[in-house]
Amino acid sequence: MVEAIRLRDDEVHEEPAVSLDSFLDQSNATAVRIEAGEDARLLLPYLDRVSLIEIDFPAFGDGRGYSAAQILRESGYAGELRASGDVLLDQISHMRRCGFDAFAPNSPINPQRMEEAFKRFEHVYQATSDQRVPIWRHRHG
Amino acid sequence: MYQYDQYDQKMVDARVEEFRDQVDRRIAGDLTEDQFKPLRLMNGLYLQLHAYMLRVAVPYGTLSSKQMRMLGHIARKYDRDYGHFTTRQNIQYNWIKLEDAPDILADLASVEMHAIQTSGNCIRNISSDQFAGATADEIADPRPWAEILRQWSSFHPEFSYLPRKFKFAVIASDTDRAAMRLHDIGIQLVHNDAGELGAKFFVGGGMGRTPMIAPEIRDFVPADELISYAEACLRVYNRYGRRDNKYKARIKILVHELGKEEYTRQVEEEFAHMKQLGLNPPVEELARISEFFQDPPFDTQASDDLDLSDPDFALWVDQNISAHKQPGYAIATISLKPRGGIPGDASSAQIDLMAELAEQYSFDELRVTHSQNIVLPHVRKSNLYAMWQKLDEAGLAPANLDLITDSIACPGLDYCSLANARSIPLAQKISERFADLGRQRELGELKLKISGCINACGHHHAGHIGILGVDRKGTENYQLLLGGSGAEDASLAKITGPGFTEDGVIDAIETVTDLYLEQREEGERFIDTYRRVGMARFKEAIYG
Ligand code: HEM
Ligand code: SF4
Repeated sequence: MVEAIRLRDDEVHEEPAVSLDSFLDQSNATAVRIEAGEDARLLLPYLDRVSLIEIDFPAFGDGRGYSAAQILRESGYAGELRASGDVLLDQISHMRRCGFDAFAPNSPINPQRMEEAFKRFEHVYQATSDQRVPIWRHRHG
Repeated sequence: MYQYDQYDQKMVDARVEEFRDQVDRRIAGDLTEDQFKPLRLMNGLYLQLHAYMLRVAVPYGTLSSKQMRMLGHIARKYDRDYGHFTTRQNIQYNWIKLEDAPDILADLASVEMHAIQTSGNCIRNISSDQFAGATADEIADPRPWAEILRQWSSFHPEFSYLPRKFKFAVIASDTDRAAMRLHDIGIQLVHNDAGELGAKFFVGGGMGRTPMIAPEIRDFVPADELISYAEACLRVYNRYGRRDNKYKARIKILVHELGKEEYTRQVEEEFAHMKQLGLNPPVEELARISEFFQDPPFDTQASDDLDLSDPDFALWVDQNISAHKQPGYAIATISLKPRGGIPGDASSAQIDLMAELAEQYSFDELRVTHSQNIVLPHVRKSNLYAMWQKLDEAGLAPANLDLITDSIACPGLDYCSLANARSIPLAQKISERFADLGRQRELGELKLKISGCINACGHHHAGHIGILGVDRKGTENYQLLLGGSGAEDASLAKITGPGFTEDGVIDAIETVTDLYLEQREEGERFIDTYRRVGMARFKEAIYG
């Protein structure tokens, strides 16, 4: 098992993530894992009691997880949002821009390269859930 | 023309460095070809039959002379001295070495150009009307809106791994010169009752193996909600577009399977949520960008007179010149379809010459058209003759705009690994068979479009006459289609029947054009006669 990468300072959440179905059945789970095809909006009523949401990327080219992450963050979710599966260096800054703050890749990611990737683009064109200031706001104050 | 500020420049510079790093890792073996493929595709680098192909974006088809010269330089230095202008207003180079690609991107960045997202399952180059800012029939210049979309879509983190590629076109006229409704999202700028400018959205058009004309899903999106509406359209697609079958993955299939009403309902629901998120640039941003698209300093005293005593020039004017909004000026289309030539190809020397002429005669501006020609948008009528002479000397003055030899053809089996049949040699033979300009003019407007396989890069579904290369028991075979249009009267062409050999399909084209000449009524184009008379009559003529 490759070690997970966390960009958060809070304590690691110990409870294992359960599937979305079990989560919806069970009233007390605090960690949940959603698969690429599942609807992240089903979690919206429970966001205040969840501390970890893991979103799976079955293949790096399957981009559904980006929208799932954005939806959760736009709805105010502040807990850990972890991308798992086929998570690669070249997509990781996009994931971060969509609100992911933890990564559980299938194969290890070189931490120095990851830092370089995060810093590569000094500015961004869009407003997304990472709250970076879009270029148009820099232009117009 | 739009000019980069420090932010735009830094984005493309950073991209060059990122790609240089990725190429280094690929060459060193740190990236597998599978991992590298989507990365190179997002930089426009395809692997073709014989070599890498690089596709360079020409946002909304607009270029300055300096940029055009750089395109010539790249052809000369890194390729075999020519480039190929494409149906999405881009340019492609066919013989690129992987290790050169980062240097080419750096050269492009030095003139505010890039190859970002010219390929891959992301939002591609935004296309537009090649007559934007010059034609009298538009209600506004669509390009500032296209530029807003270009910036928004560049490196969009949520929409970089869509089910399939995604293409926008933006126009601002009832005359559609951009095949707008054959795009994933087509936008037409319109006024609402209050006289404000906004965007009408058409979603779910496309060609490929299942061609569809995009239905309208919203009649008016205000300027300051453009981005959140586009995001809503894309998010529904990203979440629910099919990923199980790449042939069913385009948004047109989603819109078709859900039905336009249900897709629209989901978009509206998402939009209601998204418009509160602060995703839209302020109207000042559109105003800032629009400043770059102000009219050039036209001479308001310029004369409308033209000396047409040279008959060849007169023919060219009649065919290739379009009306300009400014009296005394003209829009000139340079046809890249010489007799026997390869549609859309231009040599470095020709590219340089077009750049020079634009500098001298067209306020430094050029356009690429979706039918693979080049436009000089703002030429003073009194300069047309001098300009035409220089074009003619360089083989750039075919007077065949919108005629049968002004065909679109995809690269086909000469370059493309997916091809069933050759497209280029067929286009060349057709242009020889119909070389007589008098005959072409007699046939009038006739859009001939050729694809080497079902992927439809050559727009055959949208041809008045379309040709589709199919593979029949290992020999190249061509199907003939009739009745398509990519214009405001958009329609999809239908297959006439059994396919033909290369010569056979050219004979069949002669048969249908002869029938047109025999059947046409006053003022009818080929397509009009076809629509009135119907397929059966044409079939009978072809197959007896
Ligand atoms: C030689 C390399 C090329 C390859 C491998 C290639 C591949 C493809 C494929 C697979 C499709 C179908 C996509 C789909 O239906 O989802 C497609 C569509 C298309 N391609 Fe290409 N293509 C190539 C070159 C070109 C060129 C040179 C042009 C322009 C002249 C072009 C313009 C288009 C257009 C306009 C479409 C239709 C888009 C639509 O379905 O809406 N392609 N291409
Ligand atoms: S239509 Fe087919 S043959 Fe032609 S370029 Fe596209 S994929 Fe290749």
